Amino acid sequence: MALGAFDRALIAAVQGGLPLVARPYEAVGAMLGVDGEQVRARLQSMLQEGLVRRIGAVPNHYRLGFTANGMSVWDVDDAQVDTLAGQILQLKGISHCYRRTRHLPDWPYNLFAMLHGRSRAEVESQADVVASVLGPACRAHDILYSTAILKKTGLRLKDH
Amino acid sequence: MLSTDQLRLMDYLHGGFPVVDRPFAAVGEALGWTEDHVIESLRQLLSNGVLTRFGPLFQIERAGGQFMLAALMVPEERFDEVTALVNALPEVAHNYRREHPTLNMWFVLAAESADGVARAAKRIEQSTGLAVFLFPKEREYHVELRLPLCADQGVSHGTWRI
Repeated sequence: MALGAFDRALIAAVQGGLPLVARPYEAVGAMLGVDGEQVRARLQSMLQEGLVRRIGAVPNHYRLGFTANGMSVWDVDDAQVDTLAGQILQLKGISHCYRRTRHLPDWPYNLFAMLHGRSRAEVESQADVVASVLGPACRAHDILYSTAILKKTGLRLKDH
Repeated sequence: MLSTDQLRLMDYLHGGFPVVDRPFAAVGEALGWTEDHVIESLRQLLSNGVLTRFGPLFQIERAGGQFMLAALMVPEERFDEVTALVNALPEVAHNYRREHPTLNMWFVLAAESADGVARAAKRIEQSTGLAVFLFPKEREYHVELRLPLCADQGVSHGTWRI
């Protein structure tokens, strides 16, 4: 299902953020030539459909004291990865977790889990717990710490 | 350092911003603040960079779009130049420098279609002369990270996703 014209216009109007005014949906509607109620109704339905994950604030985690941010990557036996991933989701400090395509020989890792801590030592201890859960099904792992946010804007629709 | 009030506001907002005519007033009501105080506090958090964004977060995959993790092996002496070339594309939603002997730039391509992502990757290869490594998702395991920002405030109704 591709985006309709109204949805594209709505996303384009709010992808940089909601206006910080008392009636933000009315303000968005004014940009689109509709009233605030139509904007709210469509956003509500987008929330229900999952097209909008949530309406909220995206923090710069460095500024919150979470200065150690590691993308932990694991080479886990394909037959066991889904089951084991289910177990590591329960652990503290993990945010996104995905199974991804390997790039052999450069990149043997198929499981990605983002770890966040106030220090690298904290992240290392989170990784130790992950390693103990994965056990012998994991052949190798690495942690790629981020050292700079080069860009963080979120989705941007292109002009057609 | 953030104030307790700022933490309370961010924690509260993480659970979802109301879709009502005067949402800042509704948030203020929940926190015991005025509408103006909510708006002004958010303005400050955005202008000093504690928040990178405030608004709807789209999962474009639900409408046929795609998010794709990608990486480059950038020679150190070209890092700034390549950063500028990569960041210039609107499809590049996030970009991080990461410590790794070879794959040192990691970014997310977001587009309305898988074709759009493939085209963006190709354009990056053409402009930088570097091979783009794509890491398509085979499966997403659902996690909601909760950072303990102010667990003792008793206003939490959501989880952080960063």
